[in-house]
Amino acid sequence: MKYTWDFAVVRDNFPLLLRGVSVTVELWLVAFALGLALGFAISLARVSRRPSLNALAIGYVEVFRNTPVLVQLIWFYYAFPIMLGAQLTPFVAAALALTLNTSAYCAEIFRGGIVSIARGQWEGAKAIGMTRAMTMRRIVLPQVMKRMLPAFTNRAIELAKVTSLASLLAVNEVMYEGRLLSSTYYRPLEILTVVALIYLVLIYPGSYLSARLERRLAARD
Amino acid sequence: MKYQWDFGAVFGHFDMLVAGLVGTLKLAAVSIVLGVIVGFVVALMRLSRRPLLRVPATAFVDFYRNTPPLVHFFWFFYALPILIGLSLEPFTAAVLALSTQSGAFYAEVFRGGIVSIERGQWEAARSLGMNYRAALRRVIVPQALRRMVPPFVERSFELTKTTALASSLAYGELLYQAMQVNSITFRPMEVYTTIAAMYFIVLFAASNLMRLFEHRLARIG
Amino acid sequence: MIENVTTTMSAVAPAVAAGAANTSDVVIRIRNLHKRFGDLHVVKGVDLDVRRGERIAIIGASGSGKSTILRCLNFMELPSEGTIELDGKAIGRQASANGASGERFYSEAELCEIRARVGMVFQQFNLFPHMTVRANVMEGLITVKRIAKHAARERATAQLAKVGLQDKLDAYPAKLSGGQQQRVAIARALAMDPEVLLFDEPTSSLDPELVGEVLRVIRALADEGRTMLLVTHELGFAYHFADRVVFIADGIVHETGTADEVLKHPKRERTQQFLARFVERAL
Repeated sequence: MKYTWDFAVVRDNFPLLLRGVSVTVELWLVAFALGLALGFAISLARVSRRPSLNALAIGYVEVFRNTPVLVQLIWFYYAFPIMLGAQLTPFVAAALALTLNTSAYCAEIFRGGIVSIARGQWEGAKAIGMTRAMTMRRIVLPQVMKRMLPAFTNRAIELAKVTSLASLLAVNEVMYEGRLLSSTYYRPLEILTVVALIYLVLIYPGSYLSARLERRLAARD
Repeated sequence: MKYQWDFGAVFGHFDMLVAGLVGTLKLAAVSIVLGVIVGFVVALMRLSRRPLLRVPATAFVDFYRNTPPLVHFFWFFYALPILIGLSLEPFTAAVLALSTQSGAFYAEVFRGGIVSIERGQWEAARSLGMNYRAALRRVIVPQALRRMVPPFVERSFELTKTTALASSLAYGELLYQAMQVNSITFRPMEVYTTIAAMYFIVLFAASNLMRLFEHRLARIG
Repeated sequence: MIENVTTTMSAVAPAVAAGAANTSDVVIRIRNLHKRFGDLHVVKGVDLDVRRGERIAIIGASGSGKSTILRCLNFMELPSEGTIELDGKAIGRQASANGASGERFYSEAELCEIRARVGMVFQQFNLFPHMTVRANVMEGLITVKRIAKHAARERATAQLAKVGLQDKLDAYPAKLSGGQQQRVAIARALAMDPEVLLFDEPTSSLDPELVGEVLRVIRALADEGRTMLLVTHELGFAYHFADRVVFIADGIVHETGTADEVLKHPKRERTQQFLARFVERAL
């Protein structure tokens, strides 16, 4: 049975899809920026000498890494408001869940960076008479950045893909708009294919740049 | 306002949740096995010297790495049936989506392992008169296998978490069952916290077991 | 231990041990060999005849192209232009009908067959780390020559005894010193009973105190009458080992002759300059 593709529906409703993209980007920006900041704070707790802080941070990270993101989203939208006694909008619940999730992963990346600072780099610099601050700035931080940057870019890409799950909370990002359109106009093949392509266009440049960045950093070694 | 926790309602339907956990594990197991097969084929294609094999394989991997899993789930459940004229069971669509997706990632794990083996090994094998296949089989792959284990385990772990997305196709894995229990008991707080705990226990235990296994493996090698 | 082995081999093959380069048939014939890597023209037209049983030392500065020439002989590198004949048969097929371009096609099947007849010992040893020493030596016999496992085992054990490693049969390469690993590599290449044995700077990666044990093994092999080509920086060894020395500069054969001629009385200035840099090493 030959199927006739018909992209007219996509063409006519493209502005709607674009609006969805803007919500996707908004969600991504909020979650990544806040997640990065929060992640740094948690990483400090993670490497702290106080056992209570340390344990809390470990627990936090392990919870978010050992449960599915979707379960976290659902929990923050359906369960958490009951504890709060207040309803959250889908966007806020999704942003909250994704921020916390991102922060857990970023905390681990920061921790890796911080821990690598603690090793060995100091001796070589001390041996040639560098001050602590100079060592930090010229020797240690550049190398730490080099190691963390690929991990952060990977996280950013992963987050961009995960925003699609917010559609299941009825956040009107691009996946949600796509599903709405395909159930309204009964053209899931064309619409979902285009949604996939939209994500590809959004995310692939990020992947490509991140791969090039990794190669350049590796080459400098 | 103090919230009254009541897990009784949830535990009354615990059998449903257990069924969901079984569904999760079933989906994960089948998808891992099929994903390995897909990944093996795609990895060989990517390593091939013929562009006719290499280019589509690279496109396949790039596509799956740069689009969200949820899109794949929906595409296989809603869009593919239109193309082939056959409607698919939620489980089937979920397996197709998960295996192709994990296949793309596994392909990178396999290829990465093989490519990491130094050129000298290839040269030694060839200098004895081995052809490409023999060199791969006798010298390269046995060494690469050991290196593939950690990233393979990590990818399988991610796959197991991604099974939660099958709930959006109404497949009876753990999250979906939780939604069912919630619609009966109207206690989202307890229900979703319970399944979060279930996911956590299973995944945390699994990841620690794997870490032990990897340490053992590293010591033998 | 290895000294005993040397005399044993001399007893077994006296005719061959005495004047190995007596036979006059050419086993390898190189004509107009060129090799380019992209824009880099490394080998710029080399002609060489290698007679059966001859021992040739190839010397030259780093980047002169000497290793590339060697690696073309077992087709680890494919020639960009020119022909290589093994036992009188030109390897590969002409690319163009009239042979004008000098390019040739090489089929994998033919190259695999050649490589089973032309063995190579690498600078980095390249032993298979996931196999024991004995398994390393057996591997080519089982996989390429399709010899039965027990026969391969016997041959491997014998070869390893020849290089003095009969006590390390079941050890893994990682547990061996560099010199021991290289001796295993030599045994591995020898087990295939190659017509020609190529050595690509076999001692350049070794700590100085380990160089001697490897050179002794190579020296012992030289008395067996096998055709051998050795790319090396060890000029002292080359002097005692080689029937002929070939000096490569700028991708061509700059000077060639007996060891005495090239190393003690070089005719050309470039050769003299090159050798002057090694004046500390007593010949």
